[in-house]
Amino acid sequence: MSDTVLLAIGTRKGLWIATSTDDRATWKLSGPHHAMTGVYSVAIDTRRETPRLLAGVSSEHFGPTVAVSDDLGATWREPERPPIAFPESTGVSLERVWQLAPGPAAEPDVVYAGTQPSALFRSADGGLTYEFVQSLWDHPHREEWGAGYGGQAIHTVLPHPADPASVLVAMSSGGVYRTDDALASWRPANSGLRAYFLPDQYPEFGQCVHKIARHPAHPDRYFLQNHHGVYRSDDGAESWTSIADGLPSDFGFAMAVHPARPEVIYTFPLVADVDRFPPEGRCRVYRSEDAGSTWTALTEGLPQEDFWTTVMRDALCVDDSDPGGVYFGSRSGAVYASRDQGDSWRCVAANLPDVLSVRAAVV
Amino acid sequence: MRVRVLVPGVLRGVTDGAAHLDVDVAEPATLGALFDVLAVRYPLLERRLRTERAELRRYVNVYVDGEECRRIGGAGARLAEDAEVLILPSIAGG
Repeated sequence: MSDTVLLAIGTRKGLWIATSTDDRATWKLSGPHHAMTGVYSVAIDTRRETPRLLAGVSSEHFGPTVAVSDDLGATWREPERPPIAFPESTGVSLERVWQLAPGPAAEPDVVYAGTQPSALFRSADGGLTYEFVQSLWDHPHREEWGAGYGGQAIHTVLPHPADPASVLVAMSSGGVYRTDDALASWRPANSGLRAYFLPDQYPEFGQCVHKIARHPAHPDRYFLQNHHGVYRSDDGAESWTSIADGLPSDFGFAMAVHPARPEVIYTFPLVADVDRFPPEGRCRVYRSEDAGSTWTALTEGLPQEDFWTTVMRDALCVDDSDPGGVYFGSRSGAVYASRDQGDSWRCVAANLPDVLSVRAAVV
Repeated sequence: MRVRVLVPGVLRGVTDGAAHLDVDVAEPATLGALFDVLAVRYPLLERRLRTERAELRRYVNVYVDGEECRRIGGAGARLAEDAEVLILPSIAGG
């Protein structure tokens, strides 16, 4: 019997959970969970004996929270105290949880949350409650961090897979920052990243980063989708070089690394920031099998005409298996899965609300 | 003194299904003081109504004996004995 693959699909109006027990050939969909909330972040923490689902949900009426499920989404709970709350000294309130990132294997109860306004929170109880990371908030650059179209937020959190003292975060209109001293201090890590919209196009910070991915077997190598620009770093984010050649456009939001092949990456190009459509209205995931040196368009099973929607920054993911599944969802509510590393795709769901986040794992 | 909080259906999941809550508030009773009591007795309800800065959420409307609370002082709105505090989500979104 095949393993069960769980695909969590966060949308603008709730969370859907798709499960497959036949190697991703067919899917059973349940939902909406957390109906009428925007699920901007979702995580599947497989470090626990029983996998834990975490969802950052935002109600337009009743605000944001983080809910967890220890029965694969059948029931959800949240603590009595707010899971994430800004200290009074900040003068601000939590607006949205953009990222939930389980920590390294050596810290099985650590989960990080990236929020709007731009801040980092750390949980030491498996993602139930979180503590404010004051050091990032106190960074002297913070006053100059801008807000992208989606708001000012830490949307990417990448804990080092082996070194609990090292964490990298990223934001739009702010750039990349990293700590190597267990959250005590932070430094910008944007050398080589272009900010075409600023007078100084290669500033110390202020870049509009959309998503960064890293393979756990190569923790010093990062892949980055920028607000125009696709980059790789081979030196722990000390410097970045372009890998956009071969793509139809260097604009897009998503980036993912294959779970078993660290050289294999995926992105979903859009024409430009002023023209946010897939080139030619064709739904194409682009894959590189050589860490960004060359790119191939993946089209089999995907709409090749009149596809005028987009894939958001956290709406493209891989699962944790070998050879691994690849998944993405669109703002038009379509979700596709590939069980052959992107060579071909099948539709998991066609008419959901706007897909904001997807995460998958073998459970 | 005691006031009655009327809970909309969409929030009864955090009040064990209760459609109304009878809450004792110390005098002089204000809407803010009522929310402070709710934060202790029904924390999941209270934080859906107020931010961590104790500000009423933008798309939550609260009526005190039929008056929209923002017109009568917001958190400082006075509550009379047996006041009826009606919580309603505003019309928003699509």
